[in-house]
Amino acid sequence: MRSKRIFPSALEHEAIYIMREVAAQFERPAILFSGGKDSITLVRLAQKAFYPARIPFPLLHIDTGHNFFETLEFRDWLVKETGAQLIVRYVQDSINSGRVQEEKGKYASRNILQTVTLLDAIEELKLDACIGGARRDEEKARAKERIFSVRDDFGQWDARKQRPELFEMLNGRINPGENVRVFPISNWTELDVWNYIREEELQIPSIYFAHQRKIIERDGLYWPFSNFLNTSEDEIPFNAKVRFRTVGDMTCTAAVMSDADNINSVIEEILEATISERGARIDDKRSEAAMEKRKNAGYF
Amino acid sequence: MINVRRQLWRKERTQVIFNGTHFYLYQMEVIRITTAGSVDDGKSTLIGRLLFDTKSIAEDKLQAIESSSLRKGLGYTDLSLLTDGLIAEREQGITIDVAYIYFSTPQRKFIIADTPGHIEYTRNMITGASTASVFLILVDARNGITEQTRRHFYIASLLRIRYIAVCVNKMDLVDFAESVYSSIVREFESLASKTTIRGQQLLFVPIVATHGDNVATPSARMDWYKGPTLLQYLETVDVFALEENLSARMAVQYVIRPQQPAFHDFRGYSGRVVSGAFSKGDKVLALPSMKSSTITSILYGSEEMEHAGSRESVVLSLQDAIDISRGNMLIKADEPLKPVTVFDATLCWMEDTELAAGKVLLLQHGVNRVKAKIESVHSILDIHTMEPNCNKNQFGLNDIGRVRVKLAKPIFAELYADNPSNGAFILIDEFSNNTVAVGFVDQTD
Repeated sequence: MRSKRIFPSALEHEAIYIMREVAAQFERPAILFSGGKDSITLVRLAQKAFYPARIPFPLLHIDTGHNFFETLEFRDWLVKETGAQLIVRYVQDSINSGRVQEEKGKYASRNILQTVTLLDAIEELKLDACIGGARRDEEKARAKERIFSVRDDFGQWDARKQRPELFEMLNGRINPGENVRVFPISNWTELDVWNYIREEELQIPSIYFAHQRKIIERDGLYWPFSNFLNTSEDEIPFNAKVRFRTVGDMTCTAAVMSDADNINSVIEEILEATISERGARIDDKRSEAAMEKRKNAGYF
Repeated sequence: MINVRRQLWRKERTQVIFNGTHFYLYQMEVIRITTAGSVDDGKSTLIGRLLFDTKSIAEDKLQAIESSSLRKGLGYTDLSLLTDGLIAEREQGITIDVAYIYFSTPQRKFIIADTPGHIEYTRNMITGASTASVFLILVDARNGITEQTRRHFYIASLLRIRYIAVCVNKMDLVDFAESVYSSIVREFESLASKTTIRGQQLLFVPIVATHGDNVATPSARMDWYKGPTLLQYLETVDVFALEENLSARMAVQYVIRPQQPAFHDFRGYSGRVVSGAFSKGDKVLALPSMKSSTITSILYGSEEMEHAGSRESVVLSLQDAIDISRGNMLIKADEPLKPVTVFDATLCWMEDTELAAGKVLLLQHGVNRVKAKIESVHSILDIHTMEPNCNKNQFGLNDIGRVRVKLAKPIFAELYADNPSNGAFILIDEFSNNTVAVGFVDQTD
């Protein structure tokens, strides 16, 4: 098995090392769990890092209320399977309490709103480290992110004040009120994650594979049709065989036409794809610096 | 024994399909590269070119930079826009921070640390270089070897990076003249002859990053050059030879005690092998307690292993219940290691505030932290002459110099020159908690 790996095992050794540094350097860490493939990968890495003990931190899900049903179903299955502790905080609660306001219009999404719910959860749960599945290959601003990324009292990221990270030494010392975002799979690419999923035989939500779904076409992208999406009259939903390459909210994740219904055919499609993974993320299309601006404000 | 295993393992092949073609694949290797160049040497363009030629740029990303180039009124696609990620960097057209960039060929996965080349960003350059095994230095063919080139080479040597690829760029602007290239090579070789890095290897390539000459494809315009293209070199350079021949050391990160009925008595020491290799049945010594025991099991995830090689993250279990906690070190009983409390080191200071003798900081060596005092400052490097200045005794931001350090408790470090993985440390300010310096152990008593 090991000798047949395409996945570069050096990346797994590095990620496991980082997981253990989190457990050793912080008092109240959590894994930010979205139900997407990257956070599923984190859960497996945490299992491997602490075996035969259980994962020593809970999974925190910021539920926007706009999830794919299949993702929630999968989340609950994984929690049962691994015995991990799950904590859920809801964007709807932040809306109800007036902390945030729902966006209006046809591009309305809760993607930006979830930052407030996350920061509130960090404060409420007194989390000092949040482990996320962000990767540096996803986006230009993320390419500069550290593995231990210190956030101030307001959860903000300041690219110019980042701590240098030398060799493999990680400095997780923080002042009261600060917290750290940790990115163990920083150095993985999309293809690495897929190869890892294949070689570890990880289960993932069914929407990553080709299936029949009602979609609409807007701005050259295929949007999943749902009650959460504000559509105009000329946007007529139709059935198509699609899959999702990345899983976020139903209001900010575009589908790709596909027949790939198993992991091997998905990987082959990715190798041939000419559009990047985040090209299917409607939230990134807002401006050239969309990600950097959201990160400054405390986004994942 | 471990070396034999590793080589066998690397020779096993897997068939894969890449861009529609069938390839045989060896165990996928990860190669880390760092780049340095002056402001306009075309470093970001070269990286953009490597991504472009290995088809690592998706169409939407390419379209985004094409439209940015048009908006800026450029007549060509500015490949450097691929890597300059921060708003301030795009505004100023320079690289401020270290960016990590990825591309793969069928044999290897490459991680490039793209670092700024200016003098004010020495700390970023060292950060990028700290994990690299190949150092790319860019030289503008029109300007030849500059003060910056000397500084970049100094940093590559300070970090003891063995593989250095010197890319002589913008050959089109000197009419592809072999004589220009040859004189740069000669000057660089005489610069390099002054260092004493064991096994250091230099490669020189004449390139045109904007057009791709000798980057991934041999240049018809420079048929006098007979060496490999840059990409051929990166795909074949053997960077793995050294580490596993070093002594076995593992720093304990975290003690695993499941406290579950099925693993009631389990007690495992998790960590990453710093250097060398461990095998089941090896007699080991725990430091600082000096208690000895024998390895009874090596776990990688839930998999039982016979060996743990360099840089592998494993869990070791021992025959005897001896007291071991985070920051302690496990070594092979026949490869001893001496405690160090006072030593000389080369430091790079990374803070705006000044550093002088008497300062107390936290020293982190691997995963172990102890209080440290800067006993004295021996010298600060003059970055113009590259000679130590013994009359200067305060470090400012980005200064490199030599100091004597005294520790509150011993650590088990080796000389950086003997074992790089066990000879570097960082310094942390106890009040700001920032990482303020990186150091290399030069001499112990």
